[in-house]
Amino acid sequence: MADKLKFAFYWNASCGGCEIAVLDINEKILDVAALADIVLWPVALDFKYHHVRALADGSIDVSFINGSIRNSEQKEIVELLREKSKVVVAFGSCAHLGGIPALANLCSRAEIFDRAYRETPSTVNPENVLPRPRTRVPEGELELPVFFDHVYRLDEVIPVEYYVPGCPPTPSMIAEAVTAIATGKLPPVGTVFGSARTVCDSCRRTKEEKKVKAFHRIHEVEADPERCFLEQGIICAGPATRDGCGTLCLNANMPCRGCFGPPDGVADQGARLLSALATLVDSKDLDEIQGLIDQVVDPAGYFYRFGMSSSLLKHKVLRPERTAAAQGETMAQAAAAAEEGRGSR
Amino acid sequence: MSELTTGSAAAGSASEYEPKIVGFLCNWCAYTAADLAGIARIKYPDNIRIVRVMCTGRVEPTFVLKALSAGADAVLVAGCHPGGCHYQEGNYKAYKRTLLLQSMLPQFGIEKERFRLEFVASSEGEKFARVVGDMVAKIKELGPLSGAGTRLAALDGFFAADARMEGGVNLG
Ligand code: SF4
Ligand code: SF4
Ligand code: FES
Repeated sequence: MADKLKFAFYWNASCGGCEIAVLDINEKILDVAALADIVLWPVALDFKYHHVRALADGSIDVSFINGSIRNSEQKEIVELLREKSKVVVAFGSCAHLGGIPALANLCSRAEIFDRAYRETPSTVNPENVLPRPRTRVPEGELELPVFFDHVYRLDEVIPVEYYVPGCPPTPSMIAEAVTAIATGKLPPVGTVFGSARTVCDSCRRTKEEKKVKAFHRIHEVEADPERCFLEQGIICAGPATRDGCGTLCLNANMPCRGCFGPPDGVADQGARLLSALATLVDSKDLDEIQGLIDQVVDPAGYFYRFGMSSSLLKHKVLRPERTAAAQGETMAQAAAAAEEGRGSR
Repeated sequence: MSELTTGSAAAGSASEYEPKIVGFLCNWCAYTAADLAGIARIKYPDNIRIVRVMCTGRVEPTFVLKALSAGADAVLVAGCHPGGCHYQEGNYKAYKRTLLLQSMLPQFGIEKERFRLEFVASSEGEKFARVVGDMVAKIKELGPLSGAGTRLAALDGFFAADARMEGGVNLG
């Protein structure tokens, strides 16, 4: 190959696991290094944004971008990478679907802020020191990125060619994507790597009759390693999740949490899982049904653990007058807590 | 999509607020009951848009979420009484899904009264009219889900402000 390819790796709202996943391909990373020059990789290499700005448009062959979009810095950099790249790959659940960070869409920005800077038990902030978008210091004005009201998946902000799913993507999934790029055998734009079917289709646990008389959370019971989790009353996202991970969690006797997102043709992963779960309830007594359904705690958290930004509802929103009331409450609670803290110290 | 998603926001004036309710009615009972209510000239509010389905068991949770996210203020699913479903268990299935959806919706700031399941036999035209009347009254109390000052409008507001990178952290 005459010219080496140019790759960029970038992170947004994420945990760092996707970066580790890239390193986890072990000696294959050398193949990547032989194949491509890396022009940006904040976790491992010291390139600056102005180096990227200096590149010609479209000169990066592939940008692998992980993490969801939560603030204005992330938006600015992914827009820059879009301009400079021929192909953008949404890498990992957060870029693909919103991921764990997008569970914050069940709270308002004000609630998150209050929680982080005023309410957590470990916060001691008697002087109410708070970050501000702009701060004047003797040397001039400092600026922080704007914290958005909503957590976005990557393709809500820039167009994306391919998706590599997973929290984090598995080494074989990464190898598959890199091989496709290296050999020029790219699938149609919009392809999500992995299978079109569900995790259940590959799961080798015994499946008999899907009927349950009680729901359990995984930490409450000793799970039978041979039997379908759902049949044991343990919530498993397998029926609503794209296959392709090699049933990793199931092999470790953990139910699928849904990190690969919905399979082809499913509009809303949570609704699909909700439907599968409700149907398990083995009763025709309306009160007993209610009792069983009540055992499912935090349904939104289970159903949209990785897919909140791709869900139909997307975000918790209260009507304005209720938001005001709720906010008044948290502020009053914070004030009361601060008062109490002062008294006891 | 190369911009932060923007949806649609229809303006609605609160004084003459007329809720939009999507009704999924089972062909064998509730739909016939709605017909009967019409033939018998029983008066009920015209806020309901009816979709005929073969059984309440056909109403997937996705349909309900889609309706609520596309501007409906509420969704009614109505079908055969327990024991009366033409496909044996469709209405039990609907009941189970309904309860689970009702427990999830408030996590998104949507009152559970906005999604209702009712059993209405084909002879119960009166009941159908009463259920719709009740529901319209209740939703009028709760207020709109789309239009100015509502959930969808607030979401649109977020998206627009975020796209302009405005706002910063609100320090209260
Ligand atoms: S629900 Fe979970 S445990 Fe059961 S077959 Fe599907 S993936 Fe396997
Ligand atoms: S089993 Fe489910 S949660 Fe686990 S890696 Fe596979 S898709 Fe992700
Ligand atoms: S046929 Fe009416 S609810 Fe199933």
